[in-house]
Amino acid sequence: MSAPLIWIGIPLLLAPLLWFIKRGDIIAFFGGISALFLSALAWLIPINTAIRITANISFKISDSIEILGRQIIINPEDQSLLALLYGLAALWFFGSSAAYIARRFVPLGMTILALLIASLAVEPFLYAALIIQTAILIAVPLLSPPENKPGRGVIRFLIYQTLAMPFILFSGWLLAGVESSPGDIELLTQAAVLLALGFAFLLSIFPLFTWIPLLMEEASPYAVGFILWLLPTAVFLFALGFLNRYAWLREYPQLPNVLRTAGLIMVLTGGLSAAFQRHLGRMMGYASIVNMGFSLLSLSLIADHQLSAFSLLLIPQALGLVIWSLALSVLKMREKSLDFKNVQGMIQRYPIIISGIIFAHFSAIGLPLLAGFPPIIAIWSGVAKEEIIAASWVAIGLASLLTGAIRTLAVVVMTDDEDGWTLNGGTLQNILIGLGIFFILLLGIFPQFSYPVLSNLPSAFRYIGG
Amino acid sequence: MATQIISWISVFILFLATLSFLITQDWRWSLAALALLYLGVFWLTQLHWTFSMSAVKLVTGWMVATILGITRSALDPELDTPPQHLSWSQGRFFRILTAVLALVLAISTTPTVTALLPGIGAVEVTGSLILLIMGLLLLGLTVEPLHVIIGLLTFIAGFEILYAAVEDATLVAALLAIINLGLALVGAYLITANAEENQEKNR
Repeated sequence: MSAPLIWIGIPLLLAPLLWFIKRGDIIAFFGGISALFLSALAWLIPINTAIRITANISFKISDSIEILGRQIIINPEDQSLLALLYGLAALWFFGSSAAYIARRFVPLGMTILALLIASLAVEPFLYAALIIQTAILIAVPLLSPPENKPGRGVIRFLIYQTLAMPFILFSGWLLAGVESSPGDIELLTQAAVLLALGFAFLLSIFPLFTWIPLLMEEASPYAVGFILWLLPTAVFLFALGFLNRYAWLREYPQLPNVLRTAGLIMVLTGGLSAAFQRHLGRMMGYASIVNMGFSLLSLSLIADHQLSAFSLLLIPQALGLVIWSLALSVLKMREKSLDFKNVQGMIQRYPIIISGIIFAHFSAIGLPLLAGFPPIIAIWSGVAKEEIIAASWVAIGLASLLTGAIRTLAVVVMTDDEDGWTLNGGTLQNILIGLGIFFILLLGIFPQFSYPVLSNLPSAFRYIGG
Repeated sequence: MATQIISWISVFILFLATLSFLITQDWRWSLAALALLYLGVFWLTQLHWTFSMSAVKLVTGWMVATILGITRSALDPELDTPPQHLSWSQGRFFRILTAVLALVLAISTTPTVTALLPGIGAVEVTGSLILLIMGLLLLGLTVEPLHVIIGLLTFIAGFEILYAAVEDATLVAALLAIINLGLALVGAYLITANAEENQEKNR
């Protein structure tokens, strides 16, 4: 038995089998349980260590598998990362039943997750770009259901993400040259520029994020939310792999400045755009752009903080996105539109669902006592220590995102309806969103609860993990 | 010498094929041009790869064109009529002019790129740059799924010619073939999405 077979092979085999189940809630249950099981396995069973079951029987999970002469390697240091990814994916799979898209979502989501994990584990790493591209192609049916005409958002998503692959592949080839002649400044610059372009496309760095608000308007918010969580997370981990592997890259003098500038632009443009939105879905799209901006800012602090700031963001951002997108999905299904004019006074009809949206939005801003607060304040103060003007720009971005949240709050409580409060929405929907709000508060008040999950994450990146 | 001549003819074929993507609105012509394009890609790739490895690109390309063709032809014939909104003065003349500019840009950039990549000739670089630039141009001019997929395939084909000169791993060739086929399948999916509803409306 090998680790890649368990954490990549099993989900890839399971995904098509789930298509055969007719009922969405059963698919969501099996998908969620499988992901949870894989998460627990990654947490509990050591790789490359013999485990004795009885006096005569023992087994060992090896760390690699060979496919067509190439290796897929999952090291023992990667296990906490796997546990986190599968654990968070389990949340998404369980929630898909409440969003009524489980039949499409769970099989495709599981395939995408397995492929992205394969992309992080493949050696030589340049194959990762090709595997990520395959995952992106599989994401298209998830984002554009067969009964709907494909919109501009999904087309742009496909174009921008596909354009990334050639840049990454070519930079991989140039990087091999840099390894053999590290003093060649021209080659080094070319490799860095191509790599930056590839990641700019993959991470939808300004101005390449236009597909996000468009998709939030035209597709299921839950499906888009999943992609907005999984794809940037996997791509950031892939980028960390580059930094970990190449000393010249992590010691590149301009790297912190480039990452900080890109992060600031994302926070600022995402925040400012959110302030003027009149559509709840687009608002979430812009907030996710701010999220990516903060992840970039956290990477700009690697020299001082290693990966601590980046790891702190992983759980709050995922939790916020899953609740926000589930709440929006429910609202869209029931009210057909997420425009401000359609959601006026909705807090009286959907108190828990609307609260989910508001809490997730405030958590994305980093309001005290909410899950987003500890990482955002840590990154903000880290940026302020480096450059006070940059911290002011972060403040403007956050203030703009807060304006969006206050506008949303104003709209959903604005009603002259005297009928009073009713609890609409399905029981499962209300319970899941209610639980989500509880966890946002819990992680905000007791951020140390996430420490056991996050403490081993940096060990996956030996040279930058600290 | 003969190889050089055939190679430059391939480059010319690539330009003609991509030009036809820009000016024709009929999907049949577009897909025929796509099949022709992969013939050029095959020839330029075999300058660096073995014949059998390069043939993978040709076979994949033709399979891609077939998948898209079969999907498109299965749609309601009423949807087949090409839109007539492009007059010579409004659309095609502009597109031809843009394509010529793209060709000039590709030719003028060729020496720089050739100098950057050791072991690759001007002919492959020119062919590749034509496909990359024209692919991007096509992507910028349309939101229609079939043409978007053709644009992406053109861009990737351009990249594949350059990449063939620097990387000859079989697995890379196989994965690139899978991505090309995957793009065709995604294209087929996007073309047929909502098609039934459209056909109902047309009835």
